[in-house]
Amino acid sequence: MSYTFWILLTGCLVGLTCGITGALLVLRKMAMIADAISHTVLLGIVGAFFVTQSLSGIPMLIGAGIVGILTAVFVEMLHSSGVQSDAAIGIVFTSLFALGVVLISFIGDQVHLDVQHALMGEIAFVPWNTLTINGVSYGPTAVWMLGAVLAVNLILITLFYKEIKMSTFDPQFATLIGVPVMIIHYLLMTMVSLSTVASFDSVGAILVVAMLIVPGATAYLLTDRFFVLLILSGVIGILSAALGYGFAIQWNVSIAGSMAVATGVFFIAAFLFGPKQGVVIKKIRGTTGKKTVQSST
Amino acid sequence: MNALTVSNMSVSYDKQLALENVSFSVPEGSMTGIIGPNGAGKSTLIKSILQLLPTVSGTVEVFKKPLRSQRKIIGYVPQRSEVDWDFPTNALDVVLMGRYNHIGMFKRASKKEVTWAKHCLQRVGMQDYASRQISQLSGGQQQRVFLARAMAQDAKIYFMDEPFAGVDASTEKAIIQLMKEWKNEGKTVLVVHHDLQTVNDYFDHVLLLNKTPIAYGETNRVFTLANLEEAYGGKIAFLQQGPKAAKGST
Repeated sequence: MSYTFWILLTGCLVGLTCGITGALLVLRKMAMIADAISHTVLLGIVGAFFVTQSLSGIPMLIGAGIVGILTAVFVEMLHSSGVQSDAAIGIVFTSLFALGVVLISFIGDQVHLDVQHALMGEIAFVPWNTLTINGVSYGPTAVWMLGAVLAVNLILITLFYKEIKMSTFDPQFATLIGVPVMIIHYLLMTMVSLSTVASFDSVGAILVVAMLIVPGATAYLLTDRFFVLLILSGVIGILSAALGYGFAIQWNVSIAGSMAVATGVFFIAAFLFGPKQGVVIKKIRGTTGKKTVQSST
Repeated sequence: MNALTVSNMSVSYDKQLALENVSFSVPEGSMTGIIGPNGAGKSTLIKSILQLLPTVSGTVEVFKKPLRSQRKIIGYVPQRSEVDWDFPTNALDVVLMGRYNHIGMFKRASKKEVTWAKHCLQRVGMQDYASRQISQLSGGQQQRVFLARAMAQDAKIYFMDEPFAGVDASTEKAIIQLMKEWKNEGKTVLVVHHDLQTVNDYFDHVLLLNKTPIAYGETNRVFTLANLEEAYGGKIAFLQQGPKAAKGST
């Protein structure tokens, strides 16, 4: 398999995994928690290294999952004790991230894990970090991790499809009727943490936020069906990865950066030309956007 | 038999008591209007009964059992403004949410459930809007979708939070019609209500509330000027002929 193939596949897997999972965050108006978790998982990764003395996949996923849930728990705790929710997110994620940064400096010499890498990722190195068992190479580790996380997320979303939908649309009614709303919340936080840590190597903590939020926000402008929105968000994630890779090769710039920029391009296109909210469409229709609704009722 | 018994319930927001020592029992098959001035804690009361808000103290029994074990028989119509109507879903899907306990975890709604949900939409006159996106519905239509969802629950006791707020006249009629049907089927209904003029027509029981219950009982006994003045303080002047006039109208 060629170098280009692995990079493209990694990028597309990041786009698909983050796109689908992130769409749920957008719908729950929790986009900022993605920002928080994408940073705090660093602490999970460093923690996993302290425990296992290696940077292998499974401990990293577990560490990230734990810290991701802790982030959500701490935010919830601060919020319920009277701190504004955005301030709560700000406090929790900077403290946990800072702790991760401090701990990294203790192990800086032992492994290739630095803050620069953690923030920006380096997808260009992904193909060389392969999963090797008994001397046989099975392709990049990142691809395996992303594939596994994608599978887990898809299974969870399929199993709890109704519950996710209900607890997002009307959490109070869902609680009353017996949907385990809090469990669904933490399940989603786990999914976000896993997606983030699997994407970490490739796009880093900051750009993964773009992959989590922008495709979902774009799809939101294009459809008003829940299922279609999730699919569309994943597709936009894939297209962004592919388009971004094209940009990067053409102009010889950062691959991950271009992918994130591509999500922005899709968003702007949807914002301007989307059938529902598109600025241009509204202009063409005049100011009748609301009127069409009224006259049809 | 009492459908609902609330004992010594207190609720606080930021250390201020929003509800103090609320106790009352609602007989099965009754229609209770929960009346009181703004900030009296009417919505808070419903949410606390349903354990959607933390309570400081108090117990709730539904048909003599703790609420937790009675989820299947409790129906709820929240305030329309409490959910995001831009959420990507259609009317039928919202109604199907009311069948959650009957559909079960990990399963898709069966044909039978879908038929039942459609039937509920029909009973509120919304059969033509089943696949309509909820953001495309008018306020009154959205309220009817909520009613259909409550109906789909097929509950024995219903809690409605200001169902008449901001709806058109035909929707108000549809709500009244549905409440009457529920009453005929022996269901118990509690409604947070604002319009004092219609209390006599809509409800056979009234709970007058202002942080603590002023009075509870049959409408003709409880819905008196003296009680209203106590609940509303001095703000009742404009209603001088309110309760009496209401009796004469319609």
